[in-house]
Amino acid sequence: MRDSTLKKVWIYFLLTVTSFLVFFPVLYAFMISFMSGPEILQGRFFPEAFNFDNYAKVFDRLPLLKYLLNSFIVSLTVMIGQLAVCSLAAYAFVFIPFKGREFVFFLFISTMMIPWEATMIPNFFTIQKIDWLNTYQGMSLPFFALAFGTFLLRQHFKTIPKELQEASQIAGLSRFAFFWKVILPVSKTSLVTLGAYGFLTTWNMYLWPLLITTNSSVRTVQIGLKQLQSQEMSTDWGVVMAGVIVVIIPTLLLLFIGQKQLQKGLSQGALK
Amino acid sequence: MKKVELIDVSKSYDKQVDVISNIDVTIEPGEFFVLVGPSGCGKSTMLRMIAGLEEITGGIIEIGGKRANHLSPDKRDLSMVFQNYALYPHLTVQQNITFGLDVKKVKKAVQAERANEVAEMLGLSDFLKRKPRELSGGQRQRVALARAIVSEAPICLMDEPLSNLDAKLRAHMRTEIRRIQRKLGITMIYVTHDQVEAMTMGDRIMILHEGKIQQVGKPIDIYNYPANPFVATFIGSPPMNISPARAVPTKSGIFIEDTIHVPMNEEQVAASSARSLLAGIRPEHIKPIVTGTESGNRIQVEVTNVEILGNETVFSFQVGQREWMAKWSGQWDIAIGDQVPILLGSEYFCVFDEETGELIRKPEGLEHLSIAKEVII
Repeated sequence: MRDSTLKKVWIYFLLTVTSFLVFFPVLYAFMISFMSGPEILQGRFFPEAFNFDNYAKVFDRLPLLKYLLNSFIVSLTVMIGQLAVCSLAAYAFVFIPFKGREFVFFLFISTMMIPWEATMIPNFFTIQKIDWLNTYQGMSLPFFALAFGTFLLRQHFKTIPKELQEASQIAGLSRFAFFWKVILPVSKTSLVTLGAYGFLTTWNMYLWPLLITTNSSVRTVQIGLKQLQSQEMSTDWGVVMAGVIVVIIPTLLLLFIGQKQLQKGLSQGALK
Repeated sequence: MKKVELIDVSKSYDKQVDVISNIDVTIEPGEFFVLVGPSGCGKSTMLRMIAGLEEITGGIIEIGGKRANHLSPDKRDLSMVFQNYALYPHLTVQQNITFGLDVKKVKKAVQAERANEVAEMLGLSDFLKRKPRELSGGQRQRVALARAIVSEAPICLMDEPLSNLDAKLRAHMRTEIRRIQRKLGITMIYVTHDQVEAMTMGDRIMILHEGKIQQVGKPIDIYNYPANPFVATFIGSPPMNISPARAVPTKSGIFIEDTIHVPMNEEQVAASSARSLLAGIRPEHIKPIVTGTESGNRIQVEVTNVEILGNETVFSFQVGQREWMAKWSGQWDIAIGDQVPILLGSEYFCVFDEETGELIRKPEGLEHLSIAKEVII
């Protein structure tokens, strides 16, 4: 009995220490966002007083709301686009037999090996040629077809018994109706996982939006943060951190809301 | 109610080897037809071909007198119950039952009414709001059954629907399915590997082995007059005892292991001369010798194994190289190693041609018991 309590105490102690280590940067950023310039230079961890000057300054200096809105639009578009494209592709790879299916899938998956940066320049030229610089579609469209997402969904679809398809064939369901009415609801957890993944990666994207945007009308928050840092000779870190905290909030919210489904989805993919 | 006709149907996956060949059978309207065979004999494939889930590579399938080779599954007017039930996990029992009706755009009120009716029939009324994962195996099975019944399709296909249930429930569902089929008069095509299911449920059964029909007929006829040694050993438990035999024309009959003599008529002798033969007898036709036993092949055997099942006793013994089994009703006090005198009624023997498997001699004198139509007490 005492042994197990001791063990518990020890485990919780370790968990606390490690979680503190993991969260330290965010925590520190959170603290800095309330400090004035001199305070930061003193290297203190806790601010003297929690004042919101930095937050006011951030919204003053940047069109942060506009950036947040842009980020939100782009992330949401990518998320929906990825879900649509990946689920349809995965459906074809699992439920529609065609010649060379395995080979095509292998080819598809092998694109995961090509780093995104390698394809960035050709993509940039394409977007430039069709005159989509500074547009939402230019920022989101290149990310719709995601090999990882197709793979994830395919793995889940493969666990769905073939008999469900046959039963719905006998019932007279069309292929798309089967996809819509049976496959999608059954694979909800994987779809949520992929959706959250797509949203977060797009939200955190920096390089691509930087490349194809030239004005603040479509720029995303990540570029906004960078702007804060380099606008003046000496960076006002308090303001930057205030911006960071504002930018983190939506992703944290998403994580809290989707946590249960996310966990289920990820572990399912791992175990089966 | 519709008729299903298969005319010289065959199936091959690689266009070289036929996994199913020469299937010629007519399934009558309202009939309970059972496809039975060991695993891998092609019975499920055949069912799926009837359902339209699997292409056929040769022959013709007619459903209700119309050619159905290229009809899609939903145009064939049938319902199907799968081995793993294939319930939609995200829908409630009620939605599962009405799923097919919903697709066919049946009015909501009618849907609910029909679902309630079927649920009532199968004792599912209390579970209509539950999800499949909250049900036991037997209840899921009944939902699958309900889904097939509610469609009111004239033909119902079942692919080993009871194999995931425990023995007691299986026996219960056997009679349940049979009862519903009789009540609704649907044409049922039922696949199973369990010969007991086949015997007890089927109006007619078809035995498949390696993609070929072995025998089609009423269960009792198949049991009594198996067309070949495969059927003889597949149907019946314990299986028919079979040993090689040798024809002796001078004695007008055959000998098994030079000791057991089976008399045959001239015609049968003529058919069997100069061929290697197999002779078989059912375990229940091997009888104990008691006072007043009629004459026949009396032999003394050494018991190698005994199973007492309460109402019957099964024991095995060696006949030459083969192990034979005998089934006596009642509880017999027999121990391993005992010498037991037994009587092999020579009239009960089946004799097969070993190469072609053809039945040369049918067993005779089988007891058909019947209760008189009028009983005066």
